[in-house]
Amino acid sequence: MIYLDNQSTTACDPRVLDAMWPWFADQPGNPSSVEHAIGQQAATAVEAARAEIAALIGATPAEIVFTSGATEANNAAIKGAARFAGPAARRRIVTAATEHKCVLESVRDLAAEGFEPVILPVTPTGALDPTALAEALRTPTLLVSVMAANNETGYLQDLAPLAATAHAAGARIHSDLAQAAGKIPIDVAACGLDAGSLSAHKLHGPKGIGALYVRRHPRMRLAPLLSGGGQERGLRSGTLPTPLIVGFGEAARIARLEQAADQTRIALLRDRLLAGLFARIPNLILNGPPAPRLAGNLSVRFAGLRALDLIAACPSLAISTGSACTSADLAPSHVLTALGLSPLQAAASLRLGIGRFNSPADIDTAIHLLTDAYARLAPAPPVAAEA
Amino acid sequence: MKEIYLDANASEPLRPEARSAAIQALEYSGNPASIHAAGRAARRILEEARALVAHAVGAAPADLVFCSGGTEANATAIAAMGAGRRILIGATEHDAVRAAAPDAECLPVHPDGTLNLAALSVALAEKPLALVCLMRANNETGVVHPVAEAAALCRAHGALLHVDAVQALGRMPVNRAALGADSLALSGHKLGGPKGAGALVLAPGVQLQALIAGGGQERGRRGGTPPLPAIAGFAAAVQAATTGAHLASLRDRLERAAIAAGAIVCGTGPRLPNTTCLALPGVRAETQVITLDLAGIAVSAGAACSSGKVTESRVLAAMGLGPLAAAAIRVSLPWNATETDIDAFIAAYGKMAQRLAGAVRPDLYVTHDAAS
Repeated sequence: MIYLDNQSTTACDPRVLDAMWPWFADQPGNPSSVEHAIGQQAATAVEAARAEIAALIGATPAEIVFTSGATEANNAAIKGAARFAGPAARRRIVTAATEHKCVLESVRDLAAEGFEPVILPVTPTGALDPTALAEALRTPTLLVSVMAANNETGYLQDLAPLAATAHAAGARIHSDLAQAAGKIPIDVAACGLDAGSLSAHKLHGPKGIGALYVRRHPRMRLAPLLSGGGQERGLRSGTLPTPLIVGFGEAARIARLEQAADQTRIALLRDRLLAGLFARIPNLILNGPPAPRLAGNLSVRFAGLRALDLIAACPSLAISTGSACTSADLAPSHVLTALGLSPLQAAASLRLGIGRFNSPADIDTAIHLLTDAYARLAPAPPVAAEA
Repeated sequence: MKEIYLDANASEPLRPEARSAAIQALEYSGNPASIHAAGRAARRILEEARALVAHAVGAAPADLVFCSGGTEANATAIAAMGAGRRILIGATEHDAVRAAAPDAECLPVHPDGTLNLAALSVALAEKPLALVCLMRANNETGVVHPVAEAAALCRAHGALLHVDAVQALGRMPVNRAALGADSLALSGHKLGGPKGAGALVLAPGVQLQALIAGGGQERGRRGGTPPLPAIAGFAAAVQAATTGAHLASLRDRLERAAIAAGAIVCGTGPRLPNTTCLALPGVRAETQVITLDLAGIAVSAGAACSSGKVTESRVLAAMGLGPLAAAAIRVSLPWNATETDIDAFIAAYGKMAQRLAGAVRPDLYVTHDAAS
């Protein structure tokens, strides 16, 4: 099995497994039980991990709140900002059409609570135009939510000017950093972000843990999505999953140290994959611009062929048509249609995600398998009318 | 020194079966929502786990929604089922339930810790369209509520019943239908699974608005990539857990020795087999916890979530135990507690009671009359 679906989820790094192991082995403590030694050890490990995650994105540890993942973090940031502001505040919440489903749904859900969701179109490359954003912000706006890197095309938004535009209009800005963190350098302070969502399993950490960055100066205020025992300074209740947090911290540490080298290597593999496919498959089209995008992300479109058939024809390749959450749906990708693709073009598109553990041999095998499958499935070329 | 862990209600030690299952699942790189082989393998683990946990509580797999833990399960149920209803909660409920229903009315409990059913009946007769939230077993005292009786009252008045079974699962039988609950909150790490997974179990036909919206996972009832290793470990823990009856004799021996040393047991209703709440009149709970910690024994002064913040147990105060509420510790035996652990506790507790008898604070002292 060759795994080329690294936007969906990534394999846990063996070093992450090693770091988690002692916490799975014999450490029963609840990190909130600070009156006894076993609880304190868990609390110390949690704080060390928090510092690593903060360091990965240029935040301070006090700005990191652990959640069950990026979906919860996105819900918590968007719904939390709206619910904290309450009924008297600015009503508009702005996001872009290519955001992850959980961001779009969180924004849309708030309509039922009296807020005004605005979903802006993007340019054919996938960019949210700062001028279009400024136009939308002429109506007083509470929050703007824009992802750093798209989960299907890998397109990188230029966050700093968008944050400046939001702030100039008196709005706060949240960014879904799930795909970008650990792959490109992120500095939340330099970007001017007020909130940001992270997921461990997208950067070779375990599933079941993520984080929300919440700016302290000037302070970003949120109403908690989950209340209860008051953990995480009251911003997120529930027992902290120590082993998962330790794994997340180790994954963040590795990513901070190795992301530059990883991305250089992955970009070479990506170029090799793209060159191999372009050389053998006629009329292949790259969705989205070649740059700026994450090194590992490719979305390619085949002429006259359904991507699902191609996936079925390559059982030893783990690849997808788009976002995993909805990959069992037959609806066309909302990301690709937002870029202007027709439903048929979207259905002919394949997502390829290269990660830390892919080798050049994987890429060569994938080229071979995809080319073979294409040859079997492709419509016969029209007989050239030379006469 | 290896500390003796008697704080299982904060978090149970991981069971070896759960550890193996979690570690095995960690090796799978797939996302259960993906359609390729790696995704399908992950999906299989997820659905097997769902079937196991659902079966353990007498539910159909389709009626079980996995989530991050007990707090989220409670919050989801209360947000979805409490909409448009008046919410009634037991006076000794966990903070996760109290915080999810800040405007709820509290139902009184008897001094033994069990729900006052007459008060529930009166409250439901006044305004029938309600959501009632009750815990199966209390996290501080282990006291078990008469949930099936409460459910009958709820049904008679058209009220919905949500049951927080977080502390009960794995320590006593939990069956959704037998309890008559419309929903049931469960947590993996409270029965020896990994932290980071829980579940909400629904009665057939109960609709659920997602609290965490997302990619349509869990039939649209909970967005987010499911935490596969924690879920696999949760299911393995459910399979491995016995009802904890063997712990009752250990607990009873510990309790008898503590009483002989001067302790008063708080919560005299029917209880979980592993829990006892021991008050040492006149001695601050915090002092007791620290003294025992120095002797190598981990216990707590109430719920772990609020550890270090609260000087008085809200649960014991609601039971009408007055000053005892500031002088009680919770001792909760984990699934792997041994006779040696109990011996060590008894020795340390006896020494502590003797030494601290001279440091009694009159304001925390209660006469036997006041306590009864």
